[in-house]
Amino acid sequence: MAETAGADAASRLEVARGLLRRLERPARLDPARAAPTPGDDGRVLPVPGPLARVLPAGGLRRGSTVAVGAAPGATSLLFALLVEASASGAWAAVVGRPDLGALAAAEAGVRLDRLALVPDPGRDLVAVVAALVDGLDVVALAGHERAGVRAADRQRLAARARQRGTVLIALGVWPGADLELTCTRQRWDGLVGGGAGRLRARRAGVRVRGRGIAPGGREARLLLPGPVGAPEAIAVPGPDLAAAPVPARVAAV
Amino acid sequence: MLALWSPDWPVTAAARAEGVPSHRPAAVVVGNRVLACSATARTHGVRRGLRRREAQSRCPELAVLGRDPERDARLFEPVVVAVEELAPGVEVVRPGLVALPARGPAGFFGGELGAAERLVDRVAARTGVECQVGVADGLFAAVLAARRGVAVEAGATPAFLAAMDVVELDREPEVDRSELVGLLRRLGLRSLGAFGSLDAADVASRFGADAVLAHRLARGLDPRPPVRRCPPEELAVELELDPPVDRVDAAAFAARGLAERLHRVLAGHGLSCTRLGVAATTEQGEELLRIWRCAEPLTPSGTVDRVRWQLDAWLTRGGSGAVVRMRLTPEETVTAGALQLGLWGEVGVADERAGRALVRVQALLGPGGVVTAVLTGGRDPAERVRLVSWGDARATLDGVSDDRAGPMSGEPPAAEPGPSEPGGGPAARPGRTGSAGPGRSREPGPGVQPPLSPAGPMRRNARRGTRRTKPVRAARPGLLSPAPVWPGRLPAPSPASVLPEPRHAVLLDAAGAPVGLRAADLLDAVPARLDTSGGPSGAVVGWAGPWPVQQRWWVPGAVSTARLQVVLDDGVAVLLVAARGRWWLAAVYD
Repeated sequence: MAETAGADAASRLEVARGLLRRLERPARLDPARAAPTPGDDGRVLPVPGPLARVLPAGGLRRGSTVAVGAAPGATSLLFALLVEASASGAWAAVVGRPDLGALAAAEAGVRLDRLALVPDPGRDLVAVVAALVDGLDVVALAGHERAGVRAADRQRLAARARQRGTVLIALGVWPGADLELTCTRQRWDGLVGGGAGRLRARRAGVRVRGRGIAPGGREARLLLPGPVGAPEAIAVPGPDLAAAPVPARVAAV
Repeated sequence: MLALWSPDWPVTAAARAEGVPSHRPAAVVVGNRVLACSATARTHGVRRGLRRREAQSRCPELAVLGRDPERDARLFEPVVVAVEELAPGVEVVRPGLVALPARGPAGFFGGELGAAERLVDRVAARTGVECQVGVADGLFAAVLAARRGVAVEAGATPAFLAAMDVVELDREPEVDRSELVGLLRRLGLRSLGAFGSLDAADVASRFGADAVLAHRLARGLDPRPPVRRCPPEELAVELELDPPVDRVDAAAFAARGLAERLHRVLAGHGLSCTRLGVAATTEQGEELLRIWRCAEPLTPSGTVDRVRWQLDAWLTRGGSGAVVRMRLTPEETVTAGALQLGLWGEVGVADERAGRALVRVQALLGPGGVVTAVLTGGRDPAERVRLVSWGDARATLDGVSDDRAGPMSGEPPAAEPGPSEPGGGPAARPGRTGSAGPGRSREPGPGVQPPLSPAGPMRRNARRGTRRTKPVRAARPGLLSPAPVWPGRLPAPSPASVLPEPRHAVLLDAAGAPVGLRAADLLDAVPARLDTSGGPSGAVVGWAGPWPVQQRWWVPGAVSTARLQVVLDDGVAVLLVAARGRWWLAAVYD
């Protein structure tokens, strides 16, 4: 009696295990879910959803170097890269941007109390960035082309970032970057012509090239910024967010 | 316990420092609220917590003074010295209030009343400061007695307290118990006696830890159960100063390191300090010692402040030379409370690492080289951001004594919301008739509180020699309220690049003629092309505005401006501002 009951329990256990395996299999083999969850081991800083889908690691890998191409929208793209990391408590610094719109950063969702600005590093750009790389999680720098940062300095900074687990974001050209992000195909919503409406959101494409990505690159489409200033996914490619047409206010043409 | 209390000490100290005669009503104002007022002002109806404007309307000749805890502490030092001449063992509770054991002076001068009289006379003779003395068991009751100028007999303290209103629990400026007091009142517990008659266990389970302290106070007991640990000797930290320090800023710098060491030692023992002894030895061998008592366990910054105030007072008093040795002794400690690192040790560690890196950059570039942005009230994107040096207080309203009040620092910030102007986009603009007339007050702006204007005394603080590192109570959540929202601000999304200096821009129509403003909100031609020197240029494919900005019209020399959003053919959007008859590139929607 006891023996049959034991065999019964063993076979039921086997059946249950089989069910469990069948349930687990689709999740494991689904290529869409192959990307690691950002932040699960702290080695990847999270980024907003639309960008996470096109970045090879699903986020910013700690220790990597990212170049943001000097196209219109580069600053908004920088904020989009900082938002999620900042919200999860990472410290960020932006070096060499005296014209950074901190208000736009706050609207995008960047925590200003964890964002340090070094507006004018002068000739000490490399030393400043090196010091920041030691302590912060994300360091963005601009003006390195103008300051004449040499290839050796670039390599040293990149190596230091890799060693310290800091994400180095360069606004502008940065040969040897792990990833290169560029804003493309952008269009502003909200203007209805004749001086009516106002800028409400920008539809932009973000082209990603670099290590771990097919040579053609990938592209994400998102609102950068969205209506409240935060980067958002494009919900439906429907009609623009525009007010009703209003008569033009130009008196005489 | 004998308490010697000088009424309205912040006002007294400020009035003395500013030379305001004592018969003139005066008030110390912080964050647009009255923090303390003199007795003359009180007779005119000025109350604590009143808005500055209302206080001035009740009492037009009111002298409005700024708060400066360092000055309060420095000016209080002579009072402490005068008390010390008669009685040993003086403890400074805060500037304006000292406590000392009553038994010694009472025995020596023949009774508590005699001692009180001698003390009041001596303080008045030496410093000209009026004060009151109260005697009771325990500091809390002694302070209440001092406010009323009575001596409570030994053992009669619970009865003395029982008749008091529960509001008396909320008199300490460093502890906010207004919520508890309000709750007790709503529950019908209007006197300390009624509150004290509750069961201690019930109080603990229903009102929380702070109420337990308040409950002990109400029953006339010591605020904490009498199980305090006597700190072992090695908790004291000491610092030799070589070369001797005779300047306040150098002393403050040394004090910071010493205070941090003390807190590391205390944290290592799981303790925090409620009574701090600050001792210094001068070149001439004089030993100076002062004991500071605190209602709440001292934080590192609180310790630094107290040590700095004390050294400030000793050094400005002069006479005993430079300080050669400093010593901090935790006279009384309690088990440390919630000041713990994050559970995994990560949060605090990362913050500390980031802070160190930023301080290193500051060492490279100077303290102003690393800034952090604080949102504040304003209408333009540049105006709504205030840059604060790293390490300074981020408080929104407290930081007004800072001279960098914003990009418009040349002129006083708006003292009131003023007529709001449109600019809130089409949603805020019903009826775009093309006339410039109804451009005002589309959005009523009640409840909008722009930062208070840096009036005289506040400004003076900012120019003082010693650098103010942190207002003492800047961390209070009430002052860290979110940035005020002004009507007429540029709506979100905001431009991601705001030029530090606006650049010239030329806006042309299809025929190549410059486009100007016909009226405040009316262009005289359709813009077709934008040229900026070294900035974005190209054909105009879309535009919105112009939205007039009418502000500060009461300031002579203020110019009215208008904003225009322009989208160029390469997808770049910019914000133009019309001022002084031409266009300026103010920001880029980068």
